[in-house]
Amino acid sequence: MSTNMTIHLRYWRQSGPTAKGYFEDRTLSNVNEHMSFLEMLDVLNEELQLEGKDPVEFDYDCREGICGSCNLVINGQAHGPKKGTACCQLHMRNYFDGDHITIEPPRASAFPVIKDLVVDRSAFDRIIEAGGYVSVKTGSAQEANARPIPKNDADLAFDYAACIGCGACVAACPNASASLFTSAKISHLSHLPQGDVERNNRVVAMVEQMEEEGFGDCSNFGECEAVCPKEISIAAIADMRRDYVRAVL
Amino acid sequence: MPTIIKALQSQVGRKLMTGITGIALMLFLVVHLAGNYAIFASAEAFNIYTQKLESLGILLYIAEAGLLFFVLYHSYLGISIWLGKRKARSSGYEVYKSRGGASRQNLASRSMILSGITILVFLVVHIWSFKFGETEMIMSADGEPMRDLRQLVIDSFTTWYIALGYIVILSLIMLHLFHGAWSAFTSLGVKNKNNTHAFKLGAYVFAIVLMLGFIFIPVYIFVTGGMGSLIAY
Repeated sequence: MSTNMTIHLRYWRQSGPTAKGYFEDRTLSNVNEHMSFLEMLDVLNEELQLEGKDPVEFDYDCREGICGSCNLVINGQAHGPKKGTACCQLHMRNYFDGDHITIEPPRASAFPVIKDLVVDRSAFDRIIEAGGYVSVKTGSAQEANARPIPKNDADLAFDYAACIGCGACVAACPNASASLFTSAKISHLSHLPQGDVERNNRVVAMVEQMEEEGFGDCSNFGECEAVCPKEISIAAIADMRRDYVRAVL
Repeated sequence: MPTIIKALQSQVGRKLMTGITGIALMLFLVVHLAGNYAIFASAEAFNIYTQKLESLGILLYIAEAGLLFFVLYHSYLGISIWLGKRKARSSGYEVYKSRGGASRQNLASRSMILSGITILVFLVVHIWSFKFGETEMIMSADGEPMRDLRQLVIDSFTTWYIALGYIVILSLIMLHLFHGAWSAFTSLGVKNKNNTHAFKLGAYVFAIVLMLGFIFIPVYIFVTGGMGSLIAY
């Protein structure tokens, strides 16, 4: 058995990058508690289209919390209220009949709105292009134990590599800083022997690019860690700072 | 590789210098607190201590210039980071709510700019009255005239609004340090996944002990009307 709920939605509409945006209100009366948040938006769009109106644009791809495409700010929280959960994995059973939900796009000057709830996150791509890679050809996958890596390093690299680049860290940061994303991308490589070679150039180039894109400074608020669907620790940011100082000195 | 100057202007460099100047100022506060307690040592101890400081000559100027530099640099960085966030998020949210959990968004961290600027204004008043303000002169034991700063402290703290204002400012410094003392070490890259709680706890203990240390003096002087047995005459 499942129950249908009535949900009062308030969502951002903006027809294009330079257009003036506004909030639109609409009440959905047939929201199933088993729907994911994005499925609830599908229902909204179906209604809008049946009325001949433009659907609300929002980003998504895998809908299973691994691609990092979705990035909605729901009632003031990036990805909504659930810890370690992307909004595609957030289900309507977390809400109550009659709830009011405000949906906004991630707000950052470096993430300009393309349309409605979709923002341009190519600033992240340019940070990666600045140095978030390994230049050597590593060939096909080796036998796992051919090159021993201390467990602690392997664990850290894996934790940081879990970043899906959704940008929730930027969306939630009071300063709109991209430090958690950038540091996770730096640290997941620098803890491994393949990434160690370009460690110094990488950290400097990526920090410079992060700044050039117009992201704000980090004030160690830790909000990024709290909203990260992969629960990446801000220890990554401390790691990036250590690496940066080492590279400069 | 960037030059040191360029590196210091980067986001990482700015944060690093905020941390370093912050830690230097925290260390200064510890020394300052130790000096304040000279008021309880003997009738002349506080004035001898202040006179000794003033007689350091060039060394005192160097120390003062260093402190001024730390304060101004720390303030400049804090204000520029605060201004930068308006640029980085030109249009804000209609609804914004902290997730809690791992977040360190709290009264202390959200009010750094306000507590910081208030402390800065207090510093100007504080230095004005103690360094350049008018003080009665008394004779020291060896017959030299010296400023009676001890009496200035006692007179100030027996005035209710000065004592209260001082306690309010010290509480703001404590609030600033609740976030600052922890954040400084994170900015220096000392933090890792396992020591977060230790640093947070350390910051709270340090800030509370420091605040209690400072406000004991005005509270004691005000409550005893400056005639308490701890103060020797």
